[in-house]
Amino acid sequence: MANLRIEHLNKRYGATTVLNDVNLKIEDGEFVVLVGPSGCGKSTLLRMIAGLDGASGGDIHIAGKPVNTLAPAERGIAMVFQSYALYPHMNVRKNMTFGLKFTGVPPAERERRVAEAARMLRLEELLERYPRDLSGGQRQRVAIGRAIVREPAVFLFDEPLSNLDAALRVSTRVEIANLHRLLKSTIVYVTHDQVEAMTLADRIVVMNKGCIEQVGRPLDLYYAPANLFVAGFIGSPAMNFFEAKVGSVEGGCARVAGPGFRSFDLPTASLRVGDTLTVGVRPEHLGRGEDGPFAVEGVVELVERLGESSFAYVRRADDRLFVAEVRGRQTPMPGERATFFAAARDVHVFDAASLRVSTQNDA
Amino acid sequence: MTAEQRARSLGVHLVLIAYSLLAVGPILLVVMNSFKTRSAIFGSPLAPPDATTFSLVGYEKVFRSSHILTYYSNSLIVTLVSMALVLLFGAMAAWALTEYRFRGSTALALFLSIGIMVPIRLGSVAILNMMRSAGLNDTLTALILVYVAQGLPMSIFILSEFIQQIPKDLRDAARCDGVPETRIFFEVVAPLLRPAIATVAVFTIVPIWNDLWFPLILTSSDSTHTVTLGVQQFLGQYITDWNSVLAALSMAILPVVVIYVILSRQLIAGLTSGAVK
Repeated sequence: MANLRIEHLNKRYGATTVLNDVNLKIEDGEFVVLVGPSGCGKSTLLRMIAGLDGASGGDIHIAGKPVNTLAPAERGIAMVFQSYALYPHMNVRKNMTFGLKFTGVPPAERERRVAEAARMLRLEELLERYPRDLSGGQRQRVAIGRAIVREPAVFLFDEPLSNLDAALRVSTRVEIANLHRLLKSTIVYVTHDQVEAMTLADRIVVMNKGCIEQVGRPLDLYYAPANLFVAGFIGSPAMNFFEAKVGSVEGGCARVAGPGFRSFDLPTASLRVGDTLTVGVRPEHLGRGEDGPFAVEGVVELVERLGESSFAYVRRADDRLFVAEVRGRQTPMPGERATFFAAARDVHVFDAASLRVSTQNDA
Repeated sequence: MTAEQRARSLGVHLVLIAYSLLAVGPILLVVMNSFKTRSAIFGSPLAPPDATTFSLVGYEKVFRSSHILTYYSNSLIVTLVSMALVLLFGAMAAWALTEYRFRGSTALALFLSIGIMVPIRLGSVAILNMMRSAGLNDTLTALILVYVAQGLPMSIFILSEFIQQIPKDLRDAARCDGVPETRIFFEVVAPLLRPAIATVAVFTIVPIWNDLWFPLILTSSDSTHTVTLGVQQFLGQYITDWNSVLAALSMAILPVVVIYVILSRQLIAGLTSGAVK
């Protein structure tokens, strides 16, 4: 168990910058998920923590100790790969003990750890089998078992669920969450799946183009995204964005107006007349019920029914589409004209630099 | 299957059968005639041995009049030691060249690929001089050294291709596990290279076993002759002892066939792996 500190970390391949001045502190026992679109540098960051890729600049500390020059095995980490990376010519037991031979763990202790991990991951029956005889989910459990027996200070997971089918992904996700509760270990977990990020993480690190966009608890990211990128990335379907301008400023309130939606007052002091804004509202916060300060009107073009709710794709007067989630059995019909409202606290406003405009609604 | 498809498949098979006959025919002829009397060899060379023509005289003569067992063991030693060294150094070099980036690695890979393009026999005179000044002429060591040099470039080339197919995650996982680099090579990579190693083994063994040139120029005494060179003593300028020649050749074929049979399953896996995924 250990904390992890990353300071001014850089990674360049020739002229391309993969990671740009990354700073991150991870507390002991914390489950941190790195999430972002492909190519954002999250896997590179994980590999650098593991010591598989070198840094172009900056420092990594594990348990207060700088590890930049240490080999992966000396850093006290264990990594679980997306492809499982099990040794194909060794059975499950050997897969788990193979690495321990080289780190000076005595045979009796190896057996104890394997038995313990096998019990935890329900692998007892499979110890003599070879990876080729296992299903995807079993292989992933063996890969996790191989990490557990190392008793690492930090667990690193690189998209461990991406190769599993949907049902298995959910159950393995629950297993990983349980494992974290049981082991209370520090975990850094990379995924591009925001559902995994939201469900597993104590804190989420949203990355984009080699930079950290925001670090925060899952619900903080959801309810108060720091910038346009995080707002658009977290949440599914993605947040609706509306272009807007500040019409007038009066008594600590800015009048926000734009094509396609009703103008509303924003209780903030930081805006000036003529500022360009982006207004964001999540589909699930757009309702047809009570009137809110934010209202948008359009013609329903398409309805996707999911059962408990439906997604309505609505075309606004200025010919742009937005999505609204409609709960219950009363789904709108295509061709119907409908108005959707959102409460003040569900309306996110971003300035020209894509940063969140803080308002008194946030309080 | 339509008639057209059947006709096509028949045509393909006819070509393949014809080719097989062409390839196997001479070998069959050699083996068959080695069990016949001298007059039968000349009288009806294409007939299989029967009760009247059957004779082991060739084999008897070979065992009586020559050092065939010495030649045999020389051939085996040279071939097997060369193969082992080619495989070991080839796999290690291929691993180093594909896995590690170091100063001059590209130049080294290029240098090795020159060995594939330039036939080693071009250097025969230089090799002979070198071996003589190293005091290695007329030794099996000389042959082994030459054959290792001859086999290495191709084996590195083939094994590099195979090593690149081994998932990179596997090496990373081993590194995270704390496995030392040499053990990663010998205990993780090498076992996965088995089909490739079998392929390279066959490609290495056959030309070494069959080689006449280097034993001819590098060995001079009976105690260092190989089978292919030893057979030559039955081929005279005026008389050729066909019984003995054919018997010795038949025996020379045997080990290669045995090794091929042992390795063939791996070989087929090696040749077709990656083709279907």
